[in-house]
Amino acid sequence: MNTFDLTNNTVTELNHALHAQKGNVSQADWTVTNPKGSHNLAVGLDEALNVDIHGHAGYFCAGMNKTANITVHGNVGQGVAENMMSGVVRVKGDASQAAGATAHGGLLVIEGNAGARCGISMKGIDIVVKGSVGHMSCFMGQSGSLVVCGDAGDALGDSLYEVHIYIKGEVKSLGADCIEKEMRDEHLTELAALLEKAGVDEDPASFKRYGSARELYTFKVDNASAY
Amino acid sequence: MSNDTHNPSLRESATFDRSTMAEIRRAAETGIYDIRGFGAKRKLPHFDDLLFLGASMSRYPLEGYRETCNTSVTLGTRFAKKPIELDIPVTIAGMSFGALSANAKEALGRGASIAGTSTTTGDGGMTPEERGQSKKLVYQYLPSRYGMNPDDLRKADAIEVVLGQGAKPGGGGMLLGQKITDRVAKMRNLPKGIDQRSACRHPDWTGPDDLAIKILELREITDWQVPIYIKVGATRTYYDVKLAVKAGADVIVVDGMQGGTAATQDVFIEHVGIPTLAAIPQAVQALQEMGMHRKVQLIVSGGIRNGADVAKCMALGADAVAIGTAALVALGCNDPKWDDEFKKIGSAAGYYDDYQEGKDPAGISTQDPELMKRLDPVDAGRRLANYLRVLTLEAQTLARACGKNDLRNLEPEDLVALTVESAAMARVPLAGTSWVPGQQF
Repeated sequence: MNTFDLTNNTVTELNHALHAQKGNVSQADWTVTNPKGSHNLAVGLDEALNVDIHGHAGYFCAGMNKTANITVHGNVGQGVAENMMSGVVRVKGDASQAAGATAHGGLLVIEGNAGARCGISMKGIDIVVKGSVGHMSCFMGQSGSLVVCGDAGDALGDSLYEVHIYIKGEVKSLGADCIEKEMRDEHLTELAALLEKAGVDEDPASFKRYGSARELYTFKVDNASAY
Repeated sequence: MSNDTHNPSLRESATFDRSTMAEIRRAAETGIYDIRGFGAKRKLPHFDDLLFLGASMSRYPLEGYRETCNTSVTLGTRFAKKPIELDIPVTIAGMSFGALSANAKEALGRGASIAGTSTTTGDGGMTPEERGQSKKLVYQYLPSRYGMNPDDLRKADAIEVVLGQGAKPGGGGMLLGQKITDRVAKMRNLPKGIDQRSACRHPDWTGPDDLAIKILELREITDWQVPIYIKVGATRTYYDVKLAVKAGADVIVVDGMQGGTAATQDVFIEHVGIPTLAAIPQAVQALQEMGMHRKVQLIVSGGIRNGADVAKCMALGADAVAIGTAALVALGCNDPKWDDEFKKIGSAAGYYDDYQEGKDPAGISTQDPELMKRLDPVDAGRRLANYLRVLTLEAQTLARACGKNDLRNLEPEDLVALTVESAAMARVPLAGTSWVPGQQF
């Protein structure tokens, strides 16, 4: 286990040390202490490393992660796991806005609440939030799944493409072209697998499913009022 | 009005000319604004409104074909460990795979590499053809993040954070469903055949302070190796450039309203932004006031056509220029040899701008495999390289005439303006006078 204390080292030194593992992993397990809300922690990782960050992280923590397993034992700022490709990012606390933005793959678990625009423009990632999400979550979401065990704010799934959205609690309002959909067996199976993978103990049957009505996939003037 | 129908008693309205009336009829029939490619078609103050003051008595010219005139430029000297070294100060602007065919992207890479300059990706990510043929490749980091991949980020020679485009500052893109083939759909993680909206703003940061952190993230991911560009559409250029410097840009790209686009609303192309000519002095002033001129390099794009345009941009303070539409024309866009084909789809060579339809007879702005075959990437690349060389030779010729042995030694003092408007925008004197409109004496 390598311990990296950010009291004595810079974020750049941390990232450089983690990047140096690429192609030749000599240290798979890393502990980061005293992050003190620093931005850009553990970004651009490209190996199956295990990184535990003990404390709060700032913006873009675990950004563009690929393969690594990153856990933040605290809260995170804006854009956690943005554009993640694969691997797992777990936030033990709350996340600010744009969690998992544009991410293409992997699993993001937020054990607390997430702010606005959680999963904005997501492109294949699976996001599981044990708490609630803010407004405009999944805006222009393209693919992947968003699971929310709490409530969702205004305009959920606005201008959605193909993301599967599962919400257990209340939805304040649905965005343009987002509708509630039937929860069929295959969706219960998918949701159960996601919850299990995220380590969240919830009954899939207690969730509702939302998705795109696909009315705005190609422009029709008769839909102009929706824009 | 054509001569065969000319009747002196018939008077066309300047307000409701035939193009305007045709657009009204089109709007009435379809209920949607016109979406098209290419750039602004209206006449705007441009570089043709400036003239060089060649040397006579008070300046000493350099000998053409004998005395050297340096054209190389280094971009990204502020923070990057590996700045980009270019042989010529003319680069290829970002144009997306999806909007352009793979063959066209490959040709751009080939041509740029032969000429010793860089090319740039676009919405839709980096293709192997493009990376393979581009010795220097700038990877655009766009609001849509279509095809955004950290592996590609690490393969790039520079990263360009795109905040705006000259043809549509503040606007997103629209790639219509007919161009969404299996390959394009896969790269963008979207179903085949649906309209694809490119976002108008980045999804995970808001404002210049956030952008500073985002730039640091990109630097961290790439271990501070490559330059970070910021590209803005020319609007509030003075303020945007200052904020871009503050946010940490190594290079700033200012794209004027004559810049081209793959597809956006005609009303955007023609009515948003400011002319390239007007944007350069604003950008240079901002850099100079911050003590960053030549430290943060300035690339100017938007309607660059010839070596005179290149030289004028540099005289006004740019470090390099980028070309988009002109590069496509060099490849064969709107080539008269396809005129019969253009007419079959309701256009004509020289007028074709419906890039969004994917039916480009020249095989450039299309994903149709049969049409794509019409563009030989090797031959088209060669044509582009020739064109880039001509731009450079022309710019050198003008610089030597002004007594400069380096294109970057050109200065505003080498220029005068033909019109009051261009004098005010470029901040150079009206020809034959010492009057710069708007300046206090």
